[in-house]
Amino acid sequence: MNHSISLTVNGARRDFVLDDPRVTLLDLLRERLDLTGTKKGCDRGQCGACTILVDGKRINSCLALAISNDGADILTIEGLARGDQLHPVQAAFIAHDGFQCGFCTPGQIMSAIGMIGEGQAGNDPERVRECMSGNLCRCGAYVGIVDAVLEAQGQMDETNQRRSA
Amino acid sequence: MKQFDYVRPATVTEAVAAAAQPGAAYLAAGTNLLDLMKGGVSRPDRLVDVTHLDGLDQIETLADGSLRIGALVSNADLAHDAEFARSYPAVAEALLSGASAQLRNAATVGGNLLQRTRCAYFYDTASRCNKRAPGSGCDARDGENRSHAVLGWSESCIATHPSDFCVPLVALGAIVEIEGRGGRREIALDELHRLPGEAPERESVLEPGDLIVAVRLPPAARGFAAHARYLKVRERTSYAFAVVSAAAALRIENGRIAEARLALGGVAAKPWRARAAEDVLKGMAPTADAFQEAASHALKGAKPSGDNAFKIELARRIVLRALTLAATGTPARIPALPASPFASISGALHV
Repeated sequence: MNHSISLTVNGARRDFVLDDPRVTLLDLLRERLDLTGTKKGCDRGQCGACTILVDGKRINSCLALAISNDGADILTIEGLARGDQLHPVQAAFIAHDGFQCGFCTPGQIMSAIGMIGEGQAGNDPERVRECMSGNLCRCGAYVGIVDAVLEAQGQMDETNQRRSA
Repeated sequence: MKQFDYVRPATVTEAVAAAAQPGAAYLAAGTNLLDLMKGGVSRPDRLVDVTHLDGLDQIETLADGSLRIGALVSNADLAHDAEFARSYPAVAEALLSGASAQLRNAATVGGNLLQRTRCAYFYDTASRCNKRAPGSGCDARDGENRSHAVLGWSESCIATHPSDFCVPLVALGAIVEIEGRGGRREIALDELHRLPGEAPERESVLEPGDLIVAVRLPPAARGFAAHARYLKVRERTSYAFAVVSAAAALRIENGRIAEARLALGGVAAKPWRARAAEDVLKGMAPTADAFQEAASHALKGAKPSGDNAFKIELARRIVLRALTLAATGTPARIPALPASPFASISGALHV
């Protein structure tokens, strides 16, 4: 039985016909839309490489059925930059060497953006580490990741303050 | 993953009817179920998706002072609800000590209650497991079993219930609202999960089609807000299940314990309420001696199911520590590393 669903992906509405309800959001993004920035690491919700934002909240896309997320608004790593202008979190990861091999990086960046939106960590590195514990980095670039997240969060807070002033 | 039919009911009544069919399973966020289906551990013929049902995602205070939490409220939304965290701080701390931020954003209240054990032999379809394949045996009995149960286990099954959330909930007398084929009913959370006995495949008292629609905290549960903690020992600093955990909540009046609540996690096939220990504390001054005695009562009847005798002494110490921290008072803000025994009030150290 075919199922029709529609999603908003990085600002654009996309309609799909699913001939199999088993497809995850992760596989839909990678195989139907060629958005391969979202990585398949463990495929079991343990590594965080597949992190995306769904309706503004970070989740593991490997553990979400596409069909159940019918109507959702999805943001992936491909939706962050504006032309050549990187998102502040992307720029901060480069500035602070927040990666080595890069495989976990899209998930780290999407998770960091979700974390900043949640507003629970403040500028406390301990809280940032705890709030980012769902993203593993086998290269061990955690020191740079935490520095990058803290710097980007500070910049985004400043921008928001200027906007609201 | 085995093929399945996907059903999206429009109402709770439709959902119950669809899920009452043999081979059907409810789908909420799927953070546990999809993992189990990918591994071939769960093989439903039909998924009944309840995530689009209206009215199950509210947190509301009822006229009598109870708090009613809809089954589809996410773990993160509940833990970060400021009024909830103020009134039931040990529950918020338990929620934030579980899983990762991504999983807490997705996972639901109802799903948390019904998550399956993380026993490795249950997950490994090449192993014998009475819970997954009734009558096949239990490879955990002679296997790697240091994390298994020390209370309420049977020769058939030594698995534990992995939830953090359920531990303070059961201590606070939470009630589960269930919609079934016979209409609405409610039971104490303490009566939801079954001990394994001869039938470890029957993990709860729910019947086919039964849908958890809400969890309720009775009015008295607010009375412990000033002295409530959740404490959890895990094998890595964050994003790990409990080896042993404890929720302790005290109502202290004029220097005496007017009422105590205590429950343990990671020790049995259900969140383990320690009523005998609660009774010991009633009327006592909150002293180390009293807490020590309560800890002994809490572990009465505990016995190792394998290489896990250490968990009994560890659980005593965690109970003692949780009661001591609860008596000191609920911190103004949940520590950076929630529920960590290694955390000071000001902040935790990631090791």
